[in-house]
Amino acid sequence: MDRAERNAIFLAVGLLAFFFGLIVYAARGLKIDLPTCITDVQPFKTGQLIQHAPDRYELHVVARMWFFDMNKGQTYVELPRGSVVDIYLTSADVVHGFHINDTNVNLMAIPGTVNYARVKFDNPGEYHIVCHEFCGIGHQDMAAKILVK
Amino acid sequence: MSAGIRFILISEIVIPILLLIFGVYHGVLQVLYRAGIINASSVLGIDYYQGLTLHGVINVIVFTTIFIVAFGNGIVLYLLKKPLRGWSQWTSWVLMIGGTLMSAWAMFTGKANVLYTFYPPLIAHWTFYFGLVLLVVGSLVPFFFDWIPNYIAWKRENPDKKMPLAVFGIFVNHILWLIMVVPVAVELIFQLIPLSLGIVTDINPLLARTLFWFFGHPVVYFWLLPAYVMLYTMLPKLISPKGKLYSDTAARLAFILFLMFSLPVGLHHQFTDPGISNSWKLIHAFFTFLVALPSMVTAFTVAASMEYSAKQEGGKGVFYWWTKLPYIRLEGDKWLFSYLFAGLVLFFIGGITGIVNASYNVNLTVHNTAYVPGHFHTTVGGLSVLAFLGMSLYMLSKLKGTEVKFKGLATLAPYIWTQGMFMFSYAMMVGGALEGFPRRTNTGLSYLNPDSPLYRPEWVGYAQLSVVGGFLLALAFVFFLISFFGTLFSSRQRNIELEYPIAEPLHDSPAPVLNNLKAWTVASVILAVLSYIPALYDTTQRGIFYNSPAYNDKSPVPIKPIKSSGLKKEEVKN
Repeated sequence: MDRAERNAIFLAVGLLAFFFGLIVYAARGLKIDLPTCITDVQPFKTGQLIQHAPDRYELHVVARMWFFDMNKGQTYVELPRGSVVDIYLTSADVVHGFHINDTNVNLMAIPGTVNYARVKFDNPGEYHIVCHEFCGIGHQDMAAKILVK
Repeated sequence: MSAGIRFILISEIVIPILLLIFGVYHGVLQVLYRAGIINASSVLGIDYYQGLTLHGVINVIVFTTIFIVAFGNGIVLYLLKKPLRGWSQWTSWVLMIGGTLMSAWAMFTGKANVLYTFYPPLIAHWTFYFGLVLLVVGSLVPFFFDWIPNYIAWKRENPDKKMPLAVFGIFVNHILWLIMVVPVAVELIFQLIPLSLGIVTDINPLLARTLFWFFGHPVVYFWLLPAYVMLYTMLPKLISPKGKLYSDTAARLAFILFLMFSLPVGLHHQFTDPGISNSWKLIHAFFTFLVALPSMVTAFTVAASMEYSAKQEGGKGVFYWWTKLPYIRLEGDKWLFSYLFAGLVLFFIGGITGIVNASYNVNLTVHNTAYVPGHFHTTVGGLSVLAFLGMSLYMLSKLKGTEVKFKGLATLAPYIWTQGMFMFSYAMMVGGALEGFPRRTNTGLSYLNPDSPLYRPEWVGYAQLSVVGGFLLALAFVFFLISFFGTLFSSRQRNIELEYPIAEPLHDSPAPVLNNLKAWTVASVILAVLSYIPALYDTTQRGIFYNSPAYNDKSPVPIKPIKSSGLKKEEVKN
């Protein structure tokens, strides 16, 4: 290998190492992390919004063909501005997706297992949720909303 | 070359292109559906999601696999100079074509609306899965019964020579293929086919996804490496008769890095999945960054080879040699340059956007949005498909013993394709990453329908731009088809000789360590297995509470209720 080639490889390794370092810092330092294996919550069959404190909520979402059960069959929930929400997500039938626009909440709903993300809603507004995994003929109509006031 | 082998090679090129016509047709329909220009769930009896399944399966499973076998056959035949065996080739042909027809039947009759990732518990007719198994088995037959024995015989006659680089690349690619199909075969044979036939009533969908992506990411390198073989060995020779590959050793190093690091990366498709610890996801993200390295090495080697070769044609200076590249040239086989070059330009974007997908937490902003298809249409829909189309036409003209017909159209096609893909991918990637425009959705019926309560006006512009891109892509493909069928139906002008423009290396070294394919294969398998043990443990033991029955895409009621309780742990409360 000649010098130019060796330099190119070192540069490539250096660049990749730098980027990967930033990712690890964001994940473990800034706590912008991915969903992980949840073992202490049993799958649930109905959606539920539970308030624990004025600004602390727990949201159980059941994705099913072809709607999101956000709270006892409703496809939307209202939350006060500044709430911190622990979202638990499961599926009642096939694989679904769950993406809250303008947030980092992007989860897969897989039957038999529970997904989890924590989100804080600082800004008021309508947060659109779409199912982004193909789940059958009604997939394109599977949407929900979180209203933050 | 015997008439039988010639027929097999020609049909292995023509049949995938015929199927690709439908694949591209539905690609065009999709951008129209998504933009709401077609405001319906189906056109001409083909439903949106059925067409999407066909688009995915035909374009990236059937077309690629059969072409790669034909290309490997051609390279092995030309470089090792040993005849291919009729019985092995016919077995492979019957399995691949038969398997394709089985799957095609299931898809065209609407019995397999599961998309090309076929995530259970959505389930297709068993013929869909069985056809795919046959296609894969058929694609492995020539590797074991033609390529390996021919190489052993060649090595006996040439004990001092290294395996030719193109053969080396083809072998690495098929070794990778052989390893990666094992997990998906386990998924198909032990989970999906029994569930589809009703032999079992429930399966573990998270395990199925994990097995699928154990196959589903390395498969993109299976599509990519044949294109890399062309970039390394043929691109320099197309630029200049005196063109050379900059470094043979660097090329082999890149192939070995792919063999090692293509496999322990699949979890980066499951970053947002439940049931798998994120530490394992981070490890797979790390290996994904490692597997970017051989592509960066390739970027350097290919650029250096292009510079060296262009300078043989009188190119000078740091930048002026760029003007000596044969961008649009019709003499001889130089037209093929435009396919490889246009593919290279698209792949530059594909590589960078792929790093975004692989970047662990950054993936949260793009996962399953239109960004993802935007990305992979510049990789498999960019370099791979352009290299495969160009090489299909090249091999067809050699096998027919004729010049390429309508060469001007054939030469322009890849540039129009690239322009179309720029527009399509820009629209998809920006709409997906910034506005959350979802993939795999017939948005024209809901989100892009002004009469619907779900209307999302911020997505309209992106969807419309993707339509313009889609039309340019279709135009490019029509140009290609005119040339392809013109060549297919023209009469013979010269001797039939399947040859390739193979460049010699400028820098070379014996590199015995890199050439020890057996040892690298063993190392690759060990690394892949080790990287997947924790994830498989999570998906079967810690992360999953119960199994699922099968569903079809039409109804929220299971096809067959679970007889025995599928619950693995205590009964679910509420």
